[in-house]
Amino acid sequence: MCETCGCNITPGNEHLVQADGKHARTADGRAAVEVLESLLGENDRQAQHNRYHFDSHGLLAVNLMSSPGAGKTSLLEATIEALGDELRIAVVEGDLETENDAERIRAKGVDAIQIATGSACHLDAHMVHDALHRLDLADVDILFIENVGNLVCPASFDLGQHRNITLLSVPEGDDKPAKYPVMFRAADLVLLTKSDLLQYLDDFDPQRAEGYLRNLASNAPFLRLSARGHGDGIAPWLDWLRAEVLEQRRRVERGETVHPDIQKEGAALHAGEGAHHRHHHAHGHDHEHGHGHGHGHGHG
Amino acid sequence: MHELSVCLSLLEQVERIARENGAERVERILLRIGPLSGVEASLLANAYPLAAAGTVAEHAVLDIEAAPVRVGCDDCGAETEAAANRLLCGACGSHRTRLVSGDEMLLARLELHVPDVENPQSDPGSVGGDRLL
Ligand SMILES: Nc1nc2c(ncn2[C@@H]2O[C@H](COP(=O)(O)OP(=O)(O)OP(=O)(O)O)[C@@H](O)[C@H]2O)c(=O)[nH]1
Ligand SMILES: [Mg+2]
Ligand SMILES: [Zn+2]
Ligand SMILES: [Zn+2]
Ligand SMILES: [Zn+2]
Repeated sequence: MCETCGCNITPGNEHLVQADGKHARTADGRAAVEVLESLLGENDRQAQHNRYHFDSHGLLAVNLMSSPGAGKTSLLEATIEALGDELRIAVVEGDLETENDAERIRAKGVDAIQIATGSACHLDAHMVHDALHRLDLADVDILFIENVGNLVCPASFDLGQHRNITLLSVPEGDDKPAKYPVMFRAADLVLLTKSDLLQYLDDFDPQRAEGYLRNLASNAPFLRLSARGHGDGIAPWLDWLRAEVLEQRRRVERGETVHPDIQKEGAALHAGEGAHHRHHHAHGHDHEHGHGHGHGHGHG
Repeated sequence: MHELSVCLSLLEQVERIARENGAERVERILLRIGPLSGVEASLLANAYPLAAAGTVAEHAVLDIEAAPVRVGCDDCGAETEAAANRLLCGACGSHRTRLVSGDEMLLARLELHVPDVENPQSDPGSVGGDRLL
């Protein structure tokens, strides 16, 4: 349950806890109201706002998800080394308790913001929003968001990213896409990491892993990488990133945006909510914010 | 694992809708949740009382309806039931499917106690007319 798994009120969602005034009247009656809104509507609205920030700076925002230790930070380190002269990179780190990952990124000469998730097990759109106002997005081509290492929660929370990447490392076993369909279905790209270990862990069958992914009706590319010098390297991933950065620039020129594939479906499913939301939530995309801190977007 | 956050978000919506409808309290909340939403209905039900304490929905009954996993096939057009980790067409086996149902995490319906000046004699247990927002 929540208290034991560590899910809790975070600085990012605590404003949701505040109760509003109630209306006391006298007579009785009961009304049934059909609602059909996503339970994470509040998060989704904030995510849309974050996406607007990303698009207005023309940058590509990428959400990295995996189980703990699958190699997210190592991949980012190697990516910065390879692309640092070519593309401007910034990183938002969702490390639970430490600044370790942010420090590893900063050691590569790149800005990294640590989200103090406390004991939370996922990032939400409010936390990311707080973090992105501490970065100068004008100087960024790719913003990586390293989510909390967890194959369960992070997939349910849209952060405003354009693409979801899920890492599957060889020591975890090849059946993870079958065991965590919610996570792997959310991926626009699946990276098989630590492929240098395939020679030792020979019961991991990359084809079987990809088969489980295809069983989720996913067309996401499945790329094999190693962040270790002697392995497969990370070239296909770098090519994917370069292509996505170009795609994002073209979209921005056309005034378009993109959601991870999975969020599109969700949006279609809840079509018709838009007008309702706009009606009740005045924080559209036209408000100004200072790039100071802690500007609370009024909800409701 | 994030069921408390989901509950808090749910209550924010419930309170807003209750307020808009001039409701005094919320009697019943109906959710529709699919296995591919990433939310566990039983954990949500456990987290609910914690999150609802002190709100207008404190005494509301929380009912959760499970949504089936169903896929539509782009190859043969069939719509079939599927397992959460095997979203293939049940008719022709194709991978080219779209999820029709199963990833919902919806607040479907609210039943509110709305003090109604025009109809003051109605009994608190009776269900009023459906109102679409
Ligand atoms: N053999 C091998 N080890 C790797 C590779 N990539 C990462 N590792 C090792 O895996 C361990 C975890 O790597 P991290 O990059 O910290 O993983 P992470 O996903 O960022 O971990 P969390 O942020 O704690 O969830 C470290 O000991 C890395 O050296 C790889 O390609 N091959
Ligand atoms: Mg890390
Ligand atoms: Zn903002
Ligand atoms: Zn969580
Ligand atoms: Zn078919």
